[in-house]
Amino acid sequence: MKHETIETNAGWLIALTLVVISIGGLAEIVPLYFLDDTVEEVKVNGIETVRPYTPLEVRGRDIYMREGCYLCHSQMIRPFRDEALRYGHYSLAAESKFDHPFQWGSKRTGPDLARVGQKYTNQWHVQHLVEPRSVVRGSIMPNYPWLLENKLKYKDIAARMKALKIVGVPYSETKAEYDNNVKRFGKDVAVFLDINQAEANLINQAITNNYDGDKTNVTEMDAMVAYLQVLGTMVDFKKFDDGHFSTFR
Amino acid sequence: MAPTDSNKSDSNKSQTKKPAVQTTGHAWDGDIQEFNNPLPNWWVWAFYLTIVFAIVYWIFFPAWPIGRDYTKGVMNDIEYTTADGKQVKTHWNTRALFEKNMREAEIEQQKYLDQLASASIEEIANDEVKSNFAYSMAKVLYADNCAACHQPGGAGVVGAYPNLADDAWLWGGSFEKIKTSIAAGRNGIMPAFSAKLTATQIDDVAEYVLSLSKHKTDVGKTARGKEIFNGTSGGCYFCHTKAGSGMESMGAANLTDSVWTLADVPAGDNLQAKKEAVKAIIQKGVNRKMPAWDERLTETQIKILAFYVHQLGGGK
Ligand code: HEC
Ligand code: HEC
Ligand code: HEC
Repeated sequence: MKHETIETNAGWLIALTLVVISIGGLAEIVPLYFLDDTVEEVKVNGIETVRPYTPLEVRGRDIYMREGCYLCHSQMIRPFRDEALRYGHYSLAAESKFDHPFQWGSKRTGPDLARVGQKYTNQWHVQHLVEPRSVVRGSIMPNYPWLLENKLKYKDIAARMKALKIVGVPYSETKAEYDNNVKRFGKDVAVFLDINQAEANLINQAITNNYDGDKTNVTEMDAMVAYLQVLGTMVDFKKFDDGHFSTFR
Repeated sequence: MAPTDSNKSDSNKSQTKKPAVQTTGHAWDGDIQEFNNPLPNWWVWAFYLTIVFAIVYWIFFPAWPIGRDYTKGVMNDIEYTTADGKQVKTHWNTRALFEKNMREAEIEQQKYLDQLASASIEEIANDEVKSNFAYSMAKVLYADNCAACHQPGGAGVVGAYPNLADDAWLWGGSFEKIKTSIAAGRNGIMPAFSAKLTATQIDDVAEYVLSLSKHKTDVGKTARGKEIFNGTSGGCYFCHTKAGSGMESMGAANLTDSVWTLADVPAGDNLQAKKEAVKAIIQKGVNRKMPAWDERLTETQIKILAFYVHQLGGGK
């Protein structure tokens, strides 16, 4: 093709520019899908401990994205000493393998949240989200009072989980898929991954744990806090040798 | 616009007069020409250099995928000893580099940490080197993990997070008890009485509670409140003791002092307002949790924090 043809035709110019600049990306990213070591194996007694989110956590994650929390918070602890001392063990690839899209982020106006799960109580999170300055003086995080007021919409939860299933998250619809999840994640977890039970499971988790301090309603706060409380808690690093995960690199 | 062969318009004269620079031969919109200057030499060489750099990099660092594996690079070994004494030697990678970094710093700190791990609280307090080290470490740990609830300096939030800097303790202010509070967490529970007691009874018992801390209260109400507090209808004494001085094993607050952790009594400027604050707690009950830290922090870190909290002002 002649140079002139490309230069004088915007369509060609855009298409071919995209081809050229994607070569770098493809060469760097595509091989990672085929390497054994990219995503670490995290198994304790033959059971995978990194699991897909429960229906309630899925909704919490949706709200996390809707509110743009990722604009100020990363979820990616890099393997540096200073980060490990403040936030804990560096993040594993395996820990975001069920995240679509992942929430690694690239901006830390606030602290990293990759291991914030179980660090604070539900009560603290509720108070902090409604009015950050009531617990952290001088915080510049915005107030999110509507999380406590808005009833959580969950009628479409099964459809949301089906969508995630299409991109590879192992939620189950059939008995065979369910049985497979029991083998992979254990029964307690498999129950929560069953799309047929999604709505009942969501309500049950919200009411039992009462994240927002109000047992009568399922609010967006229930979902948000459920999600925050599970972040970074799926890998028990005490169960692995020191430096075990560096053998995957 | 399609390019025309060359341009002959007048407005372009100033350009065409310039020293002869090669053009691409295109002209746009009739008069815009495209120069075809050669790239500067430094740029061309820098470009070649990046190619040479890439090849050198491929040799010395992990680079090329081969099937399910990849080249690890040569002469780039990282060696370190893990905490449990294992020798590790591996090709260059950021995680091994991190492990090595952490170990080197740990070894550097270990001599202090070892001293702290075996020292008693008095030994730490009386030894300048030890206490300086403990303080500087504790301050950072406290800011990262505790300040969000207990506030900078341990001031706490009335109604939510207890003050750690005063000498009133729910669960005990000895070094060991503070350490247990931090390591295992605490859960302060008091049942709600809104259904168990009538409005008058709650009013009376609140009146009695305020009398315990030397507030001037109504004699009749106080007497009736005392009955409820120490009797089966209220059963408050079960956790707060008959004297109202609290019980450490239950985390039950001392009601006889002027320190209030939940009911914001000092904020009320008359007896009625103070009583409302107390009544609110009795009606709703309490369920406050302090997270456990033994999963997140090491034993020595918890010890250092306990030392710090103990020294904040109120340790016993
Ligand atoms: C404008 C930037 C900004 C946005 C947007 C934001 N935050 Fe924050 N966040 C902060 C800052 C700054 C802090 C540190 C001060 C504090 O704790 O309030 C923080 C702290 C936090 C913490 C405590 C972390 C820790 O380890 O102490 C949590 C949890 C949190 N944010 C959650 C959220 C959630 C959930 C959202 C979305 C609903 C959100 N943030 C949106 C700036 C932001
Ligand atoms: C999520 C909020 C939160 C965080 C974070 C937190 N605490 Fe607490 N802490 C509490 C609450 C609430 C209580 C009161 C528990 C109760 O009511 O019995 C408490 C109680 C305590 C007590 C017992 C106080 C007493 O009067 O007996 C100590 C000591 C303490 N915390 C120390 C710490 C230290 C040290 C840290 C940091 C490692 C920390 N806390 C982090 C919420 C928190
Ligand atoms: C099951 C044990 C239990 C019983 C019974 C109980 N309390 Fe409590 N109470 C507690 C505990 C524990 C706390 C402190 C909670 C905390 O700080 O987390 C507390 C706190 C309080 C406070 C707040 C003190 C402050 O410093 O702000 C008041 C007031 C109080 N109780 C009054 C009463 C009265 C009146 C009754 C009886 C009607 C009663 N309690 C029965 C356990 C109990």
